[in-house]
Amino acid sequence: MMTATATAQDAVTLDMGSMELREVNSTLQAAAATNRTQFEVLNTLGSHAIAVGLDAEIKVTVKGSTGYYCAGMNKRATVHVTGSVGPGVAENMMSGTVIVDGDASQYAGATAHGGLLVIKGNASSRCGISMKGIDIVVHGNIGHMSAFMAQKGNLVVLGDAGDALGDSLYEARLFVRGSVKSLGADCIEKEMRPEHLELLKDLLDRSGTDAKPEEFRRYGSARKLYHFNVDHADAY
Amino acid sequence: MGDLLTDMLITMTDRGPDSAGIAIYGTPGEGHKITVQSDTPETDFDGLGDALGAEIGGTVTTRVNDTHAVLTVLEGSRAAAIAALEARGLRIMGVGETMEIYKETGLPRDVAKRFGLRDMSGTHGIGHTRMATESAVTTLGAHPFSTDADQCLVHNGSLSNHNTMRRILTEKGFAPKTENDTEVAACYISSRIAEGADLGTALEGTLNDLDGFFTFVMGTKDGFGVVRDPIACKPAVMAETDDYVAFGSEYRAFAGLPGIESAKVWEPEPATVYFWER
Amino acid sequence: MTEAPKTLPRQSWTFSNDTNAEIRRAAHTGIYDIRGGGAKRKVPHFDDLLFLGASMSRYPLEGYREKCETSLTLGTRFAKKPIELAIPITIAGMSFGSLSGPAKEALGRGATMAGTSTTTGDGGMTEEERGHSEKLVYQYLPSRYGMNPDDLRRADAIEVVVGQGAKPGGGGMLLGQKITERVAGMRDLPVGIDQRSACRHPDWTGPDDLEIKILELREITNWEKPIYIKVGGARPYYDVALSVKAGADVIVLDGMQGGTAATQDVFLEHVGQPTLACIRPAVKALQDLGMHRKVQLVVSGGIRTGADVAKALALGADAVSIGTAALVALGDNDPKWEAEYRKLGSTTGAYDDWHEGRDPAGITTQDPELMKRLDPVEAGRRLRNYLSVLTLECQTLARACGKSHVHNLEPEDLCALTIEAAAMAGVPLAGTDWIPGKGF
Repeated sequence: MMTATATAQDAVTLDMGSMELREVNSTLQAAAATNRTQFEVLNTLGSHAIAVGLDAEIKVTVKGSTGYYCAGMNKRATVHVTGSVGPGVAENMMSGTVIVDGDASQYAGATAHGGLLVIKGNASSRCGISMKGIDIVVHGNIGHMSAFMAQKGNLVVLGDAGDALGDSLYEARLFVRGSVKSLGADCIEKEMRPEHLELLKDLLDRSGTDAKPEEFRRYGSARKLYHFNVDHADAY
Repeated sequence: MGDLLTDMLITMTDRGPDSAGIAIYGTPGEGHKITVQSDTPETDFDGLGDALGAEIGGTVTTRVNDTHAVLTVLEGSRAAAIAALEARGLRIMGVGETMEIYKETGLPRDVAKRFGLRDMSGTHGIGHTRMATESAVTTLGAHPFSTDADQCLVHNGSLSNHNTMRRILTEKGFAPKTENDTEVAACYISSRIAEGADLGTALEGTLNDLDGFFTFVMGTKDGFGVVRDPIACKPAVMAETDDYVAFGSEYRAFAGLPGIESAKVWEPEPATVYFWER
Repeated sequence: MTEAPKTLPRQSWTFSNDTNAEIRRAAHTGIYDIRGGGAKRKVPHFDDLLFLGASMSRYPLEGYREKCETSLTLGTRFAKKPIELAIPITIAGMSFGSLSGPAKEALGRGATMAGTSTTTGDGGMTEEERGHSEKLVYQYLPSRYGMNPDDLRRADAIEVVVGQGAKPGGGGMLLGQKITERVAGMRDLPVGIDQRSACRHPDWTGPDDLEIKILELREITNWEKPIYIKVGGARPYYDVALSVKAGADVIVLDGMQGGTAATQDVFLEHVGQPTLACIRPAVKALQDLGMHRKVQLVVSGGIRTGADVAKALALGADAVSIGTAALVALGDNDPKWEAEYRKLGSTTGAYDDWHEGRDPAGITTQDPELMKRLDPVEAGRRLRNYLSVLTLECQTLARACGKSHVHNLEPEDLCALTIEAAAMAGVPLAGTDWIPGKGF
């Protein structure tokens, strides 16, 4: 049964107080076949897997806080969460934009291939773990083991980074404005070149902050773990 | 508080459908509370207080709640009372000046209902829903585990050296009663405190001496502590307002708490001990 | 003066020539030995069980005349679109990258002709296998290489890999020889580098988190696809019970003889339980939860013959899965390449450096010249033939036990030749009514 109703702004309202998760997600997943482009999800109460598997150029505003895997595997859609998100927000995102006004729990943007994830509060541990091309901008701090085995893409942090940043890093670029508690195995500070400043400026502009690219330091892979060498065995 | 705790537990059913338990820290009464459990409460609890009073001397008051009963004994006769109760085959859930423990197998909703958790009140409480990993789904295997007066422990995760630690604790006279890894952790903390460590040191000791994955929440008469292992994979989230401090495995558990929208919500750092006192 | 008699040179059993060769290899390279091929040590196996057959007290079915069904459905618990298979034998997950494109195509062709499914591996889904596999299971692994929602929806089932029989609890490291441009592109990695694989999933830990992960996967795929959970043979009773609690439709249980992928030799030989020992505890867990046959159990690790298939089913599995045997059917380790195996320091039957990419048979390689040696149409036909033989053999045994469906085989149709096998399989030692140990 379809209980979605249109508001004056023409956004379709999906109220989780009266709708099952399946109904909310199937409405959003079917949006490509309709002319509806604006959606609001209400009464989320920390529920899991909200707005997952979307594949349409729609805008979804999630009012409140969510549980695990909000906007998981997103393609093309813009998902804006007004509260905080649980573990694995935008995990494996392919494209599109996910904006979180509050904080993010563990694994934000894990394994994601593309798109932009903006977290306006803090992200906890393992932010950008195994990221494969996504751009992540965190306005606050990030927790330990962030960008663990990060393969591709950019992680930008306006605040501080926790322990073991970029452990076992591949080709992802990490930019941190504040302090870094410690770097993980094979992660080193690198020279900030003009192309990095340019890239950073674009990401900062797109994520709604006026932070200056010059204030950041860049970290990347020392590439010493790319080929096994017995002298680095203690890093494995 | 019983209402809020009940809703939190029911919300966490997916994470632990096998059993549920709660420790409630109420007001101190005249003497010491002993919470016992029986699978045949009708016969076991009938006239239990009078019989026990005659056996150990002194007045024993009894409050029966489903399969559990809270007996209040004079402080000096606590050890004798526990020995007499165990001799009757009753299971000791916990003892303390203020703490009562209720736990059973089944869905959290049903467990909360049978004990009337909604109507309970107290200064603080700790609930747990269990998805059993290796040890049996039984009443004694449910959390919280209490291994000393007014102490209780709940755990999310899985310890990897609990068998060795069980042997060490048994030699030291702090033998766990079940095969459950969490009870080993509870006995470990109790043993450290009994040896003179303060609570913070005892909790910190878990970081060196217990291996594996854990988020622990420990209750005491004065408040509760939280510690996560150094890897900190198992979830933990805190909410603080001027009126209360809450802990949960997920934010979802907080959704019904008053003023949660404006609460400070954050996650405990790995390998860091936190403690809140009333 | 006559020479005094001498003792013969005596080799140490403890420090054998094999052992010393490994010590020298380790001392030279500083790295553990990595290879494919699963555990090579002898462990109690299905060979140690026998079927009792029918005689006077039971009546057999007439071969070829009286039907013995082999079809089954996987994923009946929650999925809207369960998978129907004609035979109880599937093709296990092996990655593109590990295998060549033509090898993946051949697996798809053979399995499809036989009416069964194939499985992707660590590295994503290729057109070769999707195009040629009527039913394809898409593995969801810790690395998430090539993971994307489109392939998730193109799959017929999703297999969340928690562990593998070759290395329960292990991730490991794949040296860079096979990370060609195409493989690297699919995995978002630089060409030619060593690939370090994680042992845990990046965004969940434990069964309580996995339950939520499965909810997400179901929501993304409209609750259509069966969700399999694959576990290595570690603690099968608990692992199966927790898989059920986490919401699995199907459980894949991989014993220690399983594994085509590159793993440390020490892991292959020293971690995990034999397939034979895993099945009864797994079935017991399903029975205790009232889920036997409702959550289907697929067993893998060392399945070679129709007898192995029938015995696994008799112990309570719903189906089996083959990896190494499928590669051999395609042409792996064929004696016709003996001269080339010799050049690689190996011999027919022993070649297991599948991760090095120099496979003379052109199966476990990304070398364009070697790959040409495998004709996917011919190889697919060989696999189909082999699957047919396994099925016919299994039916033959089932009929002999009086069964009109292979799923009606039961432990009581078996006896064991050794005390070890009797204890592990929970069936009586031949000629006795004795089941050593606690039994089931």
